[in-house]
Amino acid sequence: MKQLLAILFENEVGALARVLGLFAQRNVNIESLSVAPTEDTTMSRLTLLTVSDAQTIEQITKHLNRLVGVVKVVNLVHVEHVERELMLVKVCAEGEERQEIKRTCDIFRGQIVDVTTNTYTVQLVGPTAKLLGFLETIGRAHILEVVRSGTCGITRGARALSVGSKGA
Amino acid sequence: MTPMLTADEMLVRALVDQGIEHIFWHPGGANFPYHRALSNCEEIALVLVRHALGACHMADGYARATGCPGVVMLTSGSGATNSITGIANAYMDSVPIIVICGRDSTGHSVSTQLDETDMIGISRPVVKHSYVLPSAMDIPRIVREAVFVATSGRPGPVVIDVPRSAYESKDKYEYVMPETVSLRGYRPAESGHAGQIKKALDALLQSARPLIYAGGGVIQGKASSELLTFAERLNLPVATSLMGLGAIPGSNRLCLGMLGLHGSCIANNAIAHTDLVLALGTRFDERAINDPETFCPQARVIHVDIDPSSISKTITADLPIVGPVKEVLSILNQLACDKQELQSKRNDRYVSWWEQIEGWWHKLSGDEHDNRTESNSEHIHPQDVVQVLYEETQGEVFITTDVGQHQIFFAQGYKFSSSRRWVTPGGLGTMGFGLPAALGVQFAVPQGTVVCITGESSFLVNLQELSTCAQYDLPIKVFCFNNGTLGMVNQWNQIHGWENGLLGYPESMPDFVQLVEAFGHRALRASTRDELKQAVSLAFSQECKNQTVFVDVRVDPNVRLLPRQESGFSTSDSSSVGH
Repeated sequence: MKQLLAILFENEVGALARVLGLFAQRNVNIESLSVAPTEDTTMSRLTLLTVSDAQTIEQITKHLNRLVGVVKVVNLVHVEHVERELMLVKVCAEGEERQEIKRTCDIFRGQIVDVTTNTYTVQLVGPTAKLLGFLETIGRAHILEVVRSGTCGITRGARALSVGSKGA
Repeated sequence: MTPMLTADEMLVRALVDQGIEHIFWHPGGANFPYHRALSNCEEIALVLVRHALGACHMADGYARATGCPGVVMLTSGSGATNSITGIANAYMDSVPIIVICGRDSTGHSVSTQLDETDMIGISRPVVKHSYVLPSAMDIPRIVREAVFVATSGRPGPVVIDVPRSAYESKDKYEYVMPETVSLRGYRPAESGHAGQIKKALDALLQSARPLIYAGGGVIQGKASSELLTFAERLNLPVATSLMGLGAIPGSNRLCLGMLGLHGSCIANNAIAHTDLVLALGTRFDERAINDPETFCPQARVIHVDIDPSSISKTITADLPIVGPVKEVLSILNQLACDKQELQSKRNDRYVSWWEQIEGWWHKLSGDEHDNRTESNSEHIHPQDVVQVLYEETQGEVFITTDVGQHQIFFAQGYKFSSSRRWVTPGGLGTMGFGLPAALGVQFAVPQGTVVCITGESSFLVNLQELSTCAQYDLPIKVFCFNNGTLGMVNQWNQIHGWENGLLGYPESMPDFVQLVEAFGHRALRASTRDELKQAVSLAFSQECKNQTVFVDVRVDPNVRLLPRQESGFSTSDSSSVGH
């Protein structure tokens, strides 16, 4: 089952390692991870995508809350939320295919951010499924390199994840 | 005026201000600079140990006996890494210790200097929290936070890694101890949910066969007297975990003893038949419950714990209460007080349930309380040792143990008069804990009688601390259950039909009496029951009041630890409960 955790934690040495250690200790793989400071630079926010059963993720969530440096944890799959990911793809674009790749990129509302005579670098933002759809459409044979930011998630509506009581 | 201090003076001053009276230390290049400031400090006694691991276990025993944090100072590299087992042991049993390590690098980066290791990284999975000292100015704040984090909520170990450069500097800084601790990510629960607590009381009053299952949290949370008041008011039977021994006096009529793999049949039968478990400060360890599917099958579970991650981890709680056990029990007592029918102690509540429990008591008492009949009469049976020591000490001494048969025989048979008397490595099963822990307890309670119960194999793990014992004249009494066969392991070998598991081991045992005498202590051997009685009475005599006494008790090598539930036992299947 997909789990998407949003975690607010102290922006200091070792804090991220403590968070990630909890997943490895429980043999849970992290599918994607996106982390950066928030508007308050003393705090970082991390969005973490993993696949795990409800009981395991509940235990991990409880242990995350136990960490002294963790300020707040919310599992976004339990609430209405928006998620986005950024992807840069370097594709082989030569001859007649150049046109077709440009068109596909437009359909997916991608932007070409770098061009050479035989490649395009496409920037694409959206839910993960859309990014994967683009890769599938382009076809593996044309893809030279893919880099993804990991999913970022935020709750819908006025409710905000901020310093308050721990947990959602 | 704010005092101006060098970094090492600051550290010592901060520890003094936090009420620290002892530091267990093992010196080396990276913590040597502390020494000057520490030796000038009258408030703190510096205890020089023989091994970093010994220091941690001493601090651990110190903390368990008092509830105050035990403080350890170590050097970098192997000094730090040797402490990992001690830190993990404290982590598993939720004991507040603070381990301050030196770091040899000049900055914060892990380099390739002599003695350099990433202590923060290595210790990360077994600490409650850790700090790298950012600058000397932060020392007071970090010490204050470390003590607060280690001792509050669910207690646990905290590591502080201090770069050597901080102490080598002669720069002086303003010493400002913050008045409060402000950690936005750390707010342990201060009380339980009032509505849930009320529901818990109602459920207890409605149930026919309730049972309290008390864990180490009752002891760590200093809730023993509240527990006794509540259990007596409602006439509730109390079973404990290994860590919960002493939460209620062992001789109290409400106490059913320890449950689990090696628990008492009464406690295991009670858990199998109860309809409502009130679990207090316990994590439902596998050795206590075995199979979560069949544990207390007919019962609803109320689980009170300060750590939400303990609740519904293995056994789903029907009624979870997150909060300190002491506060929750106080509220329960208050609510009970308000009820007309609970205003006085009542022995006639849950009558038929008590009849059932007493029925097991009578039926099982023959083999439950004494399985010495199967043993060869020439040898001392481990239960003889428990009995003789109990008769001599009446549950009033501090007992530290190692891991093995001796530990469990004591857990089963010794009735502790109060909490914090039972100091045993429960969660990690750390052989070599008992001796240094006994030293730690004796430092904490100089007037108390401290007894270390060990086995020949466990004793060999950390016996270097006998030298520390000599240096500080600690009059601990050590009783070594010597069966020469790694008793617990041998029992497993026999059960699983593994032969030759101990090839050459029994023949390689040292002469323990000579060994201990070499450290300058008094050592005796007891091979018969009479010798045992003489040795015990001498060990606790006025003559030996100020002496460390070691007794090599030659126990029957063929004794099995009973009762022992079969592997895969179910506490719900009373036919498998027993032998």
